[in-house]
Amino acid sequence: MRRCLLAAALTAVCLLSAACAPRDAGPAPVSTTRVGGASGTELAAVQILRRGNGTEPESLDPHRAEGVTAANVLRDLFEGLVTEAPDGTLIPGAAESWTVSADGLVYTFRLQADGRWSNGDPVTAEDFVYGLRRSADPATLSEYSAILYPLENAAEVVAGTLPPDRLGVRAIDAQTLELRLHSPTPYLLGLLTHASTYPVHRQSVEQHGARFARPGNLVSNGPFRLGEWVVQSHIRLLRNTYYRDDAHTTLDEVWYYPVDNAEAELNRYRAGQFDMTETVPARQIPWLRQNLPDELHIAPYLGSYVFGFNTTQPPFRDAPKLRKALALALDREILTSKISGAGELPAYSWVPPVSGYTQQLPDWARWTQAERNAEAQRLYSSAGYSASRPLRMQLLYNTEGNHRRLAVAMAAMWREVLGVETELLNQEWQVFLQTRRSRIDTQLFRYGWIGDYNDPYTFAEILESRHGLNDMGYSNPRYDALLAAAAREADPVRRMDTLAEAERVMLEDMPIIPLYFYVSKKMVKPWVAGLEPNIMDHHHSRHLRILKH
Amino acid sequence: MLGLLRKRLLEAIPTLLVLLAGTFFLIRAAPGGPFDSEKRLPAEVEANLRAAYHLDEPLWQQFGRYLWNLAHGDFGPSFQYRDRTVTELIAGGFPVSLQLGALAMLLAVTVGVTLGSLAALRQNRPADYATMAVAMTGISIPNFVLAPLLVLLFAVLAGWLPAGGLGAGGWQNLVLPVISLALTQVAYIARLTRGSMIEVLASPFIRTARAQGLPMRTILLRHALKPALIPVISYLGPATAGLITGSVVIEQIFGLPGLGRYFVQGALNRDYTLVMGIVVFYGVLIILFNLVVDLLYGWLDPRARQ
Repeated sequence: MRRCLLAAALTAVCLLSAACAPRDAGPAPVSTTRVGGASGTELAAVQILRRGNGTEPESLDPHRAEGVTAANVLRDLFEGLVTEAPDGTLIPGAAESWTVSADGLVYTFRLQADGRWSNGDPVTAEDFVYGLRRSADPATLSEYSAILYPLENAAEVVAGTLPPDRLGVRAIDAQTLELRLHSPTPYLLGLLTHASTYPVHRQSVEQHGARFARPGNLVSNGPFRLGEWVVQSHIRLLRNTYYRDDAHTTLDEVWYYPVDNAEAELNRYRAGQFDMTETVPARQIPWLRQNLPDELHIAPYLGSYVFGFNTTQPPFRDAPKLRKALALALDREILTSKISGAGELPAYSWVPPVSGYTQQLPDWARWTQAERNAEAQRLYSSAGYSASRPLRMQLLYNTEGNHRRLAVAMAAMWREVLGVETELLNQEWQVFLQTRRSRIDTQLFRYGWIGDYNDPYTFAEILESRHGLNDMGYSNPRYDALLAAAAREADPVRRMDTLAEAERVMLEDMPIIPLYFYVSKKMVKPWVAGLEPNIMDHHHSRHLRILKH
Repeated sequence: MLGLLRKRLLEAIPTLLVLLAGTFFLIRAAPGGPFDSEKRLPAEVEANLRAAYHLDEPLWQQFGRYLWNLAHGDFGPSFQYRDRTVTELIAGGFPVSLQLGALAMLLAVTVGVTLGSLAALRQNRPADYATMAVAMTGISIPNFVLAPLLVLLFAVLAGWLPAGGLGAGGWQNLVLPVISLALTQVAYIARLTRGSMIEVLASPFIRTARAQGLPMRTILLRHALKPALIPVISYLGPATAGLITGSVVIEQIFGLPGLGRYFVQGALNRDYTLVMGIVVFYGVLIILFNLVVDLLYGWLDPRARQ
């Protein structure tokens, strides 16, 4: 009996201690060779990049996907007319060159002569016509067709009042494509890097229908092709040897792993399972700065973190002084250095530093915090509040992420400087979105926006009085008029000036409390070369390579 | 036996209907919808999407449509994974969950029964106290605490095992999830086995066997183990349910592409059809498993056959 029990116990111990057995896969032992060999640029024999990639992409159909993480994968699979260099500069993609008419309404693109689909078929202007029409066609069920609105008749096609073939796009010949716009859109080239404008391979879409974006079916025109996709496990991309610039691609495979929890992503990175992460949990940043400073990559990102006032309900309706008092009384240096903690830029305005736009700073941005607090107290009492009659308000934020810590700190600052009594209220994401959108139960709420393209308009339009995302309910006819004027303006410099003036008008009214501009946060192993910071946080895998390590 | 089978299967139908209706109306009652995201859709686009997925119909009509399709074996399209059906997702996720659950169950039963028997044979001696202390700790530590701890120790610091994911499907990826999932059950089963084994070892028929001079090994394996396992077997039903709910947490922590993870993601994204599909699937599974346990019970304990 004793022996038998012993055997059983041993089996159990063996099962448990499988953890200790040597393994043939998984994290590689840390090697002591210098990264990049003697020259520092020597390549590794195996060119496989493993990227953590946030939430699982909802689809790899470029016209049905919408999230940031799907876009990461689609940038490797497809190539738009225009693409991006490692630093984010726009460079020719599927089009080798283009011309713009004097009125800024007609763009003519000359396609690359050697463009190929991943099955070897040539990429033609017809493929782009087909792709753009499909993207706008309501039957495709695209959620991002609004990207196409600058094109002539796009809004009507999306709404179903005009057929897709009335969209302002046509193929002049196999290599020449013409896009017609309804108003000058200086940021059009930036839009053409977006998945909604990618071409699709007509034959395979028609053959496979809804299943065309599956491994084995998907034909793409980018540097990689789809090898494997196990939902919630991984997406494996293989090199597309037909790609026009394949000679400059180094990686043979890219693996994207969905991991929606930043802590889990960091663990897997530290265990050696990923070469780079999509993000980094805010709480770990101090530790990472201390222990892995060379692998932590932080760069400005095209996003604005603010709190919005519901300007349609008391106490913030018609109360610009009160709104300004609350905005002034926050010490952004403390909030960004102690709470958000990744080197976010303190913000005093809405539009982050995008190229070609002069940042609009209100006067008080240059004051000391003591001066701001004094002015805040003055405004607060002139708005009719005092220590005996304090403002009582509700601050709404979503449960996920770092927002609670920020809200607690803000409430403490308001209490100390103004004596405001803040009630903190958190809601699950979907509930939060709905509450915020209703503009009924909200007073002050968290708001964040990541720009779709590198232009101030992607931020400015949100505060337009009829805009669907204007949860502030902000409405100023002058602001709306300036935005309309900017949309008609063909001269890029005057257009930027008009947008800047609109922002100044808005900052006087203070429908939002700007807090900081986002940064992108990544962990990148030392052997990943070719990565450059850029404000869009777009990193095409074709620019990356693995050094010897 | 056949009568019992028929009775149980008939009882399952109303149970499933209540489960279906409850889940259907509860998830619809949650604020937000499958097409809500921070970047809001233009009204015409949203209307178009809602119509395409029949979300513009009255709720009872949608429920009727769902039941009708379900009766034809169609779980519907997933809202979140745009170009996949729920059937496909369940077919992809279930093998992962099954593997995880079956390994955890195997581990729980082997280790639990071994430890429990060991403790019973060494009753009130140091080995017994040590085993039961470990078991008590196992019961008290929830898996969402244990799992990150194991990850930190064995993956991040020691670097022996992957911290998560399924990767190319290596067994290494399952070690930590299986241990995290099984530990609570190991502890329960060990305590159950110990208790019933002590009772059985003290019963007259074991005394008789000893008096006849049978070797202890034969007594234990041939005579004592089977009756001692009865409480363990009846615990397997709840244990399965525990493993399924546990896998929701464990798959999420380890990023395993199983049904538990789909369920959590589906609920957060308001993927109505995916959540419904998994609830129905697991509902049927638990009902079936309970039935199997009842039949096993009858085999082990002649008294239960009547």
